[in-house]
Amino acid sequence: MGRRALLGMLGLGGLGILWGAKAQSWMEDVLRPLTINDQTGLSSFLPSSGRFRIYTVTGDLPRRTDAAYRLTVDGAVDHPVTLDLSDLRNRLPQTALTKDFQCVTGWRIKEVPWRGVKLADLLDDAGVHSAATHVRFWSFDGVYTETLTLDQARRDDVLIAHSMQGGPVTREHGGPVRLYVAPMYGYKSLKWLERVQVVTALDAPTDPGYWERLGYDVDAWVGRSNGLDDAPT
Amino acid sequence: MTAAVTAEVDTRAGDRVVRFARAERWLHWSNATLFLVLLATGMTLYVPALSRVVGRRVLIKDLHVYSGLLLPVPLLLAYAGRWRGGVRRDVRRLARWSVDDRRWLTSLGRRGRTTMGKFNAGQKLNAIFVVGCIPVMLATGSIMRWFDPFPLAWRTGATFVHDWLALALLAVIVGHIGKALAEPVSLRAMVRGTVPAAHVERHHPRWWAELQATSPDPTQVPDPTDAPVG
Repeated sequence: MGRRALLGMLGLGGLGILWGAKAQSWMEDVLRPLTINDQTGLSSFLPSSGRFRIYTVTGDLPRRTDAAYRLTVDGAVDHPVTLDLSDLRNRLPQTALTKDFQCVTGWRIKEVPWRGVKLADLLDDAGVHSAATHVRFWSFDGVYTETLTLDQARRDDVLIAHSMQGGPVTREHGGPVRLYVAPMYGYKSLKWLERVQVVTALDAPTDPGYWERLGYDVDAWVGRSNGLDDAPT
Repeated sequence: MTAAVTAEVDTRAGDRVVRFARAERWLHWSNATLFLVLLATGMTLYVPALSRVVGRRVLIKDLHVYSGLLLPVPLLLAYAGRWRGGVRRDVRRLARWSVDDRRWLTSLGRRGRTTMGKFNAGQKLNAIFVVGCIPVMLATGSIMRWFDPFPLAWRTGATFVHDWLALALLAVIVGHIGKALAEPVSLRAMVRGTVPAAHVERHHPRWWAELQATSPDPTQVPDPTDAPVG
């Protein structure tokens, strides 16, 4: 009994590693009716309930209060500007999007409601120089950076997000303000955003981005990069 | 209060019987410590609200990874020394499943008591499950931590297994601790080593019979799995 049970567990573990990705998406679909209307929040403790995993590249979760928060838009622009949270929440035109969040490590959160300001609008207001090619994003974690080409940055589904899932972006999700690049893998959606810098060329030591320097694809289209075939978001 | 015993397992010490020798208690408590550290750090990494309160993510992650790598060590050490005889005897008892165990389990402990050996079916399942979790959690955790050589789908699969098994482990360990607190005699046996002889006679008739069979010299307990052949 003991030996058989033990071997059984090892076998199930091995199968789980090989087929767990499929089992997971199946379970998410099965659990979805339960989790989507769950008011208690208890279901968020279940694996496969469509939950975000929290990644940071620094030792701690960065912290910035709403009052202290500032976003700088600068670089190759006519009108560099520094915005506070109420500018982003109230003064500038708001855009709402409901789209999936797909991580390159395999998990996917379906139909996340996002709200914020379109990056394209910010760039238009700032007046991007004709020589500009890319936009570089800085996190106030002091380490993480990302880049997009100017064309990518001007897409309608790229947001400077201050709300997600019906509330403010919380600290673990990259609050008070983060980037959301809908059509790309999650590593593009930089958390704890503090600076949007328009540049005329990519440059060491930050570019093309934190994970890109460690080998991830620079153009991180969901389903068309990193050797993956996820459904596009 | 009796002093903690160092005597060999399954021997009489006055009106008490040694249920767990020092090696077994050491194995249990080092395993327990590692599992509790792993559950605490694992939950901190897993539950966003806890991550935010605790912070220090890199430290917590390292603690989790290194405690995880240590998991097999107590078990290997328990089998490494001259004390392994007692450990092995109890492991075999835990691994052996009888018809009465099934009756005991399906009747929620009401039937099958008259043939109760040293361990009940719940204790057996608990031990097998927790030991079985060690290699599986170690393997899946290693794939999550050192994911580079593996296909990305494996990392997702490993995470899936690791998360669900951790949740099951949490439930089992909470149940185990609850049972231990509800049975002070058993808890004390794991802390101090012994149980009253009268308790053995009353609640573990088959174990009692094994002990009696070796009387008057109870140190010569035969291995219960060494049944005579033919």
